[in-house]
Amino acid sequence: MASLRSPLGRARGLGSARDGTHHWWAQRVTAVALVPLVLWFVASAISLAGAPHAAAAGWIAQPLNAVLLAALVVAVFHHAQLGLQVVIEDYVHCEAIKIPALLAVKGACWLLAVASLFSIVRIFVSAS
Amino acid sequence: MASETSSAAKRARPLSPHLQVYKPQITSVLSISHRATGVALSAGTLLLAAWIVATAMGPGAHARVAAFAGSWLGQLMLLGWSVALFYHLLNGIRHLFWDTGRGFDLATMEKSGKAVVAGTVVLTALAWLVAKAG
Repeated sequence: MASLRSPLGRARGLGSARDGTHHWWAQRVTAVALVPLVLWFVASAISLAGAPHAAAAGWIAQPLNAVLLAALVVAVFHHAQLGLQVVIEDYVHCEAIKIPALLAVKGACWLLAVASLFSIVRIFVSAS
Repeated sequence: MASETSSAAKRARPLSPHLQVYKPQITSVLSISHRATGVALSAGTLLLAAWIVATAMGPGAHARVAAFAGSWLGQLMLLGWSVALFYHLLNGIRHLFWDTGRGFDLATMEKSGKAVVAGTVVLTALAWLVAKAG
């Protein structure tokens, strides 16, 4: 039987979700990035445990730490959004709840990421 | 008429056995744990954001977040968060290894699963020992 898909649709290979393997691949890319970033952050967090404000702000204000922390924030919130999306899509079958839940998760991840990035910049600028 | 047909169809349709009838196995338990720790860690990102934002706000806000993290409830949450983090990290590496198409036979699967559990215990204990000693 001849395929009902158009040649263009087949060439794009994006399937019914219209984004092909993008979600799966983005989850893997952020996962690979998070392996070293998380290990670095855990080691740093342990060394900062119980540290006063000046020590924490001074640590974030160092350029290398600021850049790596910003990278961690971007990767963490992207990865969390992708993962929570799959959980919601698997267990929530009522569209009237599913769509708002997906939007809420995406919005919350975006806002927390932007607030964190803005704070990193603010600490960096006020220290220099 | 329509409802009669659908209820008759419902009666005739065999139901697949539900989750509770299966004996928990290391493969299935670790699989759902990966998802559960992922959801828990997503909640944990709130603490990461709170720490960064509070540090930017100043000494007062930072002290409040630090006081909560140092309280028994905060320490308990940090302990749970560190277990979830190390588990999700190690099992995530296991997932990335599977993505290469390897390690799917049952013997390897159980071996790598046990390694993930052991690694989680070791890394969590190590992290807390260093944090409390330093």
